Amino acid sequence: MVQSGEAGGGREAGGGYVPAIGLEVHAQLRTASKIFCGCRATYGAPANTQICPICLGYPGTLPVLNRSAVELAVTAALALGCTAHETSIFARKHYFYPDLPKGYQISQYDRPLASGGAIDIVLEDGSRKRIGITRLHLEEDAGKSTHTPDGTLVDFNRCGIPLIEIVSEPDLASPREAYLYLATLKQTLEYLDVSDCNMEEGSLRCDANVSIRPAVQAALGIKTEVKNLNSFRYVEDALAFEIERQAARLDGGRPVVHETLLWDSVRGEARPMRSKEESHDYRYFPEPDLEPLVVAGGWREELRSRLPELPQAKAARFADRYGLPAYDAGVLTATRALADYFEAAAARFPDPKEVSNWVMGEVLRVANERGEAIALEPEPRPVSPDGLAALLRLKAGGKISGSAAKEVLGIMARTGRTPAEIVAERGLEQVSDAAALAAEVAAVLDDHPDEVAAYRGGKVGLLGFFVGQVMRRTKGQANPELVNELLKERLAR
Amino acid sequence: MRREATALARAVRSGETTAAAAVEESLARIAEVMAGELHAFLSVREDAAREEATEVDRRVAAEPAAALPLAGVPVAVKDNIAVAGDRLDPPHGAATTCGSKLLEPYVSPFDATAIRRLRRAGAIVVAKTNLDEFAMGSSTENSAFGPTLNPHDRGRVAGGSSGGSAAAVATGCVPIALGSETGGSVRQPAAFCGVVGVKPTYGRVSRFGLVAFGSSFDQIGTLARTVEDAAQLLAVIAGVDSHDETSVPDPVEDWVAGLDAWDPRGLRIGWPVEYFGEGLDPRIRSACETARDRLTAAGADVVEVSLPHASYGIAVYYVVAIAEASSNLARYDGVRYGFRAPAPTHATLQDLYFRTRAAFGAEVKRRIMLGTYVLSAGYYEAFYGKGTAVRARIRADFDAAWERVDALLSPTTPTPAFRIGEKVEDPLEMYLNDVYTVSANLAGIPAISIPYGRVPARVGGGADRPALPIGIQIMGPALAEKRLFRIARFLEREGGKGGAADGSER
Amino acid sequence: MAAEITISADDVRHIAGLARLELTDDEVERFRGELSKILEYVAQLESIEAAVDAKDAGADLPPARRFRKDRVEPWPDPGTLHAEAPDFAGGFFRVPRVVE
Repeated sequence: MVQSGEAGGGREAGGGYVPAIGLEVHAQLRTASKIFCGCRATYGAPANTQICPICLGYPGTLPVLNRSAVELAVTAALALGCTAHETSIFARKHYFYPDLPKGYQISQYDRPLASGGAIDIVLEDGSRKRIGITRLHLEEDAGKSTHTPDGTLVDFNRCGIPLIEIVSEPDLASPREAYLYLATLKQTLEYLDVSDCNMEEGSLRCDANVSIRPAVQAALGIKTEVKNLNSFRYVEDALAFEIERQAARLDGGRPVVHETLLWDSVRGEARPMRSKEESHDYRYFPEPDLEPLVVAGGWREELRSRLPELPQAKAARFADRYGLPAYDAGVLTATRALADYFEAAAARFPDPKEVSNWVMGEVLRVANERGEAIALEPEPRPVSPDGLAALLRLKAGGKISGSAAKEVLGIMARTGRTPAEIVAERGLEQVSDAAALAAEVAAVLDDHPDEVAAYRGGKVGLLGFFVGQVMRRTKGQANPELVNELLKERLAR
Repeated sequence: MRREATALARAVRSGETTAAAAVEESLARIAEVMAGELHAFLSVREDAAREEATEVDRRVAAEPAAALPLAGVPVAVKDNIAVAGDRLDPPHGAATTCGSKLLEPYVSPFDATAIRRLRRAGAIVVAKTNLDEFAMGSSTENSAFGPTLNPHDRGRVAGGSSGGSAAAVATGCVPIALGSETGGSVRQPAAFCGVVGVKPTYGRVSRFGLVAFGSSFDQIGTLARTVEDAAQLLAVIAGVDSHDETSVPDPVEDWVAGLDAWDPRGLRIGWPVEYFGEGLDPRIRSACETARDRLTAAGADVVEVSLPHASYGIAVYYVVAIAEASSNLARYDGVRYGFRAPAPTHATLQDLYFRTRAAFGAEVKRRIMLGTYVLSAGYYEAFYGKGTAVRARIRADFDAAWERVDALLSPTTPTPAFRIGEKVEDPLEMYLNDVYTVSANLAGIPAISIPYGRVPARVGGGADRPALPIGIQIMGPALAEKRLFRIARFLEREGGKGGAADGSER
Repeated sequence: MAAEITISADDVRHIAGLARLELTDDEVERFRGELSKILEYVAQLESIEAAVDAKDAGADLPPARRFRKDRVEPWPDPGTLHAEAPDFAGGFFRVPRVVE
């Protein structure tokens, strides 16, 4: 069987093989304009409206490098622990395809922007595994081809949007680890705000190199490339498929052939691309239209100093500073927006665990219902941290019940009013006056002599019935704990 | 045209004549020359030029003090430099063809930076000139639209690849023209046609809008009948450009002021021995010696220098420039603009590519093949890698020379203009014609060719054959254009004779 | 790199395939001869001792690299670019179906 890595997530495929997986991830950088021209770099415009002679490769046009693209790429490189090289060189990568206007892609080859980084993934058992990052380089995106029976339609809006390509070492030992690596990488890039990492819109794309080797063998086996792993589910499915396919070949005495496969999510299989003999002869050479890219120490260190706190560090700090369980710290740091929201609310209320419970629970539920993400910017969603803290104070002070607090939260999100206003307006304040409640309790018991007798005869399950009756008489505003107490006391007599 | 560009601009600015009149004179002369079938032009912007002339006259009238150094001057532009057109408006829809079937239908939607600067200076583009397809050639015989003939001898080539621009200036259709160089393509036709040709420092002129051939070599250059005009034209188009990262930020000096006042006392002029070896027409050698003696007589010191790697120039050029060319020509695929092979012939995308690109001419195909070969797997280090390394040696040779001399004097070409068809069958022989010019492109340094006398077509040839102009060349260190113009002007003043052909008035 | 460079007809066809050039049999034969001759000439570089350095690729480096500011400056009329295309319809550049 295929042995898993430390993750323990490998699938059986016959034979004692160890997979080695490396991922190549392309992320679109969040710039306003394209990497080499002034066209807008946003997603979703009508086809072929965000184009110009430069990104269309018109005769006589030249690229000029966008400074922001460089800063975002260097930021990503530093956050991933890479060495950002002082000098990197752009190169032309040649191939013919209708969505590649110049017949070459401007990329980087033997002198990439950065190399030699790593990120840690947290495996299911809570242990960490370090995954090496071979290199990170800058390049331009190609256009988008849509194949129809009548021909191929090309949209060049995407062409020239800046990309970083992040190549991992073949350190991933199972589809699950590949998934965790991709998720961690995505989270990091989102934290850095260098990419919006939207896989549906194609701003984060993933290809994989896969090989397997007998457990007793040290050298890596022959690898294949699997392309088109453009959702988290495909990554695991496709890798599991490919590992099994390779294992079946080896078990059948047939060697694995170096080839490129395309994942077909509909059929659930990876099929070889019709390989052209020259498909890998990219004829790289240094791009003469662009000067070498020099990111000197001062600039680099300035970018380093602007790096935000990254998710794993933030989670550790949350656990430490707020005394939160590791689970809470992990959930609350899933996105920078969520973590910032939690911290804003926790600063306004003395019990961080209570804030954590509410943020992870009701606040998240209300946000989901409203189709929003929890965030402070541009406006606090779904309610302001001030509002949430005020609500929790009402609840902690016994002014409202927990269920009333949930109701109030929803109304706050809808109306933007303060919890105090809502509680007053709707009469949600709970009755905690023992004398007043005692009268209500007495009245309920008087109205239900049979049930009282049954209770005293041993059917203690009827307590809930009595509570319900009291709540009905008080229109839900009675403090339930107090009602319980009073009922037990009277029934015990 | 009667007047030089600088004189004409002065006359237009002073109101002595108008841009409209200058354009009419130019268009009339162009019509005459076109009737003579020299084939210097690929398109004439008749209506557009007239409109632009009216606009220039308006500007001159509205702002008499406006700095319009080329007010009303008609310019011819090599057809690999983008001049904006409007495809929906035929009188303004002139194509930018590069002398190629692949771009025959292509109308550029933008102006090259050099063209924008020409317009700002008051110049008017009257015509686009013939060239070797994508500027690949040394004779303009590789134009998909037929060769340009030498105005001095129609049986001979005008040189190339800027043959159309050289012929346009030599025949007096325009006083000045733009050409482009990757390996001698301005200087060689200038020498063959008897006009001044300038290849500026790499990066002096923005390449934005110049259709790429060998990107690390390409430069727009100027052609004129006088050194002063060539300098003035270059001053107008030179300077850093935000659209070209490789354009140099150094300020452009006034290259015209004081040209005539300069004398060569104290100048150290280098005599590169490798440029005077086998294969050089002795009459061209002798012209260089005359120039050398004039400089010496006026107080310059002549120093023999060696450029040991000079003989490898052509080989390096044909590896590095051609590798870049194969890459730069990959974009002509029939998808976004230009020619696409007719529909019934391509059932698949591959058919579209192969059939469309089959329309490249033989020389372009040859260079794409060669460039693709030297970049392909397994050959990169041996060819491209080695080529760039030797290129650095050639550059170092020049750097060493500049320690000892201020400029180098040499022939521009080994021979005067050769006969049409003479070298077509032997590409290598054709390439070797660029042996003296290509080094300046490899090193990125400025160079100028000036006409320096005429010789009979053959050594010992009689008066029955028309005399052919010959050119001599001055090369200088990067950014030393000013020095080159001064030396060239001195030699021009002291008896350079090349001159106009075919009855153009001087 | 050998001084003797022989290029076969298959080499020529392979290179033509990489460059998407359709060659007739005559052209294959002609280019075979011409390319061999040119490459042989170019092979003289072999005799020079020169180290390969990536910096050699371009001209001398200017002192400070210039960048473009990340500012949107859209092309005013994409329609002019659609009009240049040999086949543009329904908002897309069209080519024959890619056979994959």
